[in-house]
Amino acid sequence: MKRIFLGATALASLALAAAAEAADKIRIGVTATLEGTYTVLGEDGMRGFEVALRKWNRKAGGKDLEIVVASTDATPDSAVRAVRKLVEQDKVDLVISPLSGSEGIAVRDYAHTQPQMTFVNAASGAQETTFVNPAPNFFRFNMDGAQWQAGLGEYIYKNKGYRRIATVGEDYSFVYTQVFGLVLEFCGLGGQVVDRKWVPLGTKDFASIIAALPDNVDAIYLGLGGADAVNFLNQYAQAGGNAKIVGGSIMVDQTVLSSKGRAKELLLGAVAASGQADTWEDPRWQAFVEAYREAFPPDKRFASPSLLATNYYNSASAVFTALDRINGDLSDGHKKYREALQNLVLDAPNGKIRLDHNRQAIGTNFVTEVVQDKDGNLVSKVVKVVENVNQTLGFPEDVFRKIGPPSRTNPECKKY
Amino acid sequence: MIARSGPDGGGVEGAGRGVLGWIERRPLAALLLALAVVLLLWLVLADWPDEVERWLGRKRVFVSALFNGITLGGLYFLVATGFTLIFGLMRNVNLAHGSLYLFGGYLGYTTVQATGLWLPAFVVAFVLVAIAGLLLQTLVFRHMEGEELRQTLVTIGLSIVFADLMLWVWGGDFYQIPTPEWLAGPVELPIVLDVRPNGEPIYLRYPRVRLVIFAASVVIGVLLWLAINRTRVGMLIRAGVDDREMLAASGVPIQLLFALVFAFGAGLAGMAGVVGGTFQSISPGEDTRFLLASLVVVIVGGLGSIPGAALGALLIGLAEQFGSVYLPTYAIVFSFLVMVLVLAFRPQGLLAMR
Repeated sequence: MKRIFLGATALASLALAAAAEAADKIRIGVTATLEGTYTVLGEDGMRGFEVALRKWNRKAGGKDLEIVVASTDATPDSAVRAVRKLVEQDKVDLVISPLSGSEGIAVRDYAHTQPQMTFVNAASGAQETTFVNPAPNFFRFNMDGAQWQAGLGEYIYKNKGYRRIATVGEDYSFVYTQVFGLVLEFCGLGGQVVDRKWVPLGTKDFASIIAALPDNVDAIYLGLGGADAVNFLNQYAQAGGNAKIVGGSIMVDQTVLSSKGRAKELLLGAVAASGQADTWEDPRWQAFVEAYREAFPPDKRFASPSLLATNYYNSASAVFTALDRINGDLSDGHKKYREALQNLVLDAPNGKIRLDHNRQAIGTNFVTEVVQDKDGNLVSKVVKVVENVNQTLGFPEDVFRKIGPPSRTNPECKKY
Repeated sequence: MIARSGPDGGGVEGAGRGVLGWIERRPLAALLLALAVVLLLWLVLADWPDEVERWLGRKRVFVSALFNGITLGGLYFLVATGFTLIFGLMRNVNLAHGSLYLFGGYLGYTTVQATGLWLPAFVVAFVLVAIAGLLLQTLVFRHMEGEELRQTLVTIGLSIVFADLMLWVWGGDFYQIPTPEWLAGPVELPIVLDVRPNGEPIYLRYPRVRLVIFAASVVIGVLLWLAINRTRVGMLIRAGVDDREMLAASGVPIQLLFALVFAFGAGLAGMAGVVGGTFQSISPGEDTRFLLASLVVVIVGGLGSIPGAALGALLIGLAEQFGSVYLPTYAIVFSFLVMVLVLAFRPQGLLAMR
């Protein structure tokens, strides 16, 4: 009996010690696509996260930060597995996740089942994540895929004179959202999208898709990322393709522009739009690029941070800033923390970011063209900046809801 | 010993008799096959009437998918042939075969990076992966001869270990082996796709590298067939397939033969890795993808049969490419559909002899 009592005391004191230790520390769980097609994207995302950690010196709200990383492969089930492990097994205090579009929808659904936990999106950009059935504990400090295309349709219609285009994209929610944004703007002005081709994420052999691309178009829009983008370009070059290219936000990105081989040279001159531009003169952006370059040796990073690095940096900055504001006090069931997130105006490297009533970012977008810089690197040069892009892309919300969610065929190519 | 034809299609005369015999036995099937071939030739060579275009879309799309399917089949053949050879002779189900493919790809990439030369990459990949195969055979398979379940489990385990080791060395990045200058770009084939309004024909432009790689895999396939059917070593292999114990009893150093065949099959997979890295790309996960492809190919073609592997690879390549063009949503299902059909109607595989 005595022994049991002793054992219980020991256990209790251990538990107390653990609780005391936990109080000076905040555990943050992060997921990134460190496997599969989007590996390079996940790796650079984590670099951006690391830059933010260094800036805060691994402390926020007066407490040490402990980071737990979980890997995913851009599929929704891998993301749920990773987040569930972080929340239920590693018992993290906060979550920053996920990277990719369809992962985001799955993590939002999971967030509904974990009301005590607060999720900050890392980089995913499907519209549905925050627009349809949004979770009260899911915050997104990056714009969605459609917002990241703001200005592109108009630029290629008016400045480039393109009238007919075809699109090729990976077959999942983020790229649907990107094409959604492009089609609304381009077709609204009178442009024609004659064909939309969808390929499974992780396609290796694009030869037949390349052969099926229409000839009678002014340009081809490519909404591919990571290994898919490089594979496509490589095989497109082998097939002797020479169409003008319009690029999605992760197609014209350092994750592709820094890849090995010659295929990326096809992207020279390509027009694209994204939440950032590599050569933006703004001092905030330049300071971020400098911090990124200082944090890693040249062979362990890209010439300039990718969109993923920027998103992870911003998401982490939002979390750390909110923790600073509430002195790291999460004891009230995250109530103050969520308020701090909601009211945060993030002075991000890619422009000011604030949240709307769905906890979705309103921010700045950039239309770019790919050029070669003086060191021979391919970079995106800003040609137009669009400020205050909201999730409904300037449409009144009821009109926007009537257009319907992005899909393979939605929206139709017409003026709404 | 040679009287019984092996699963590789038997002797030359045997194969000839087989084809004629097959036509005699199944005249209707032979007629249908001949018609299909003629139709295909017509589709490739003729100027398409509007009716056909309405059904199949533009001719360029169809012809490209056909060519892509065939060339992709060439790659699948290179991987699967080693697998089927090893199985046919030793009854070893080597589920680490995909790892050998990926290992070859990484070695090829490293060689090209170091030397800037493409062809030596094949030699390096072949030799080093063959050595890896040799080690696998002598250190693992030899100790569990005839225990198929154990072999299967052990090689699954090994493939996971290899995948992690390669992730450790080469990272999670994807690599593309740069195409050498003399193979870069397209080549114009004398196949007319369309005629411009001014009467000028538009020819099919096709990636040169894919054609060369396909030609190489055909050459390898023919050489392999000849080696197995016409050489002394081939004779020993066929005899070993038929009756291992009897061959061993007649004084043939059978373990040496096993080791050689295993090394050769592994080397082929390694070379296929370089091919795959050139016209697609290599990254973690490709090992299981190609293991799966090899399994499907040999199940369709018939375990242990080299002509079967060729036919299976061709069918799977075509199914994938036509699927991706005409029914992109269900493209992934297509190759499995082929496998399911074969399993339902001819479970031993299309060209299995037993």
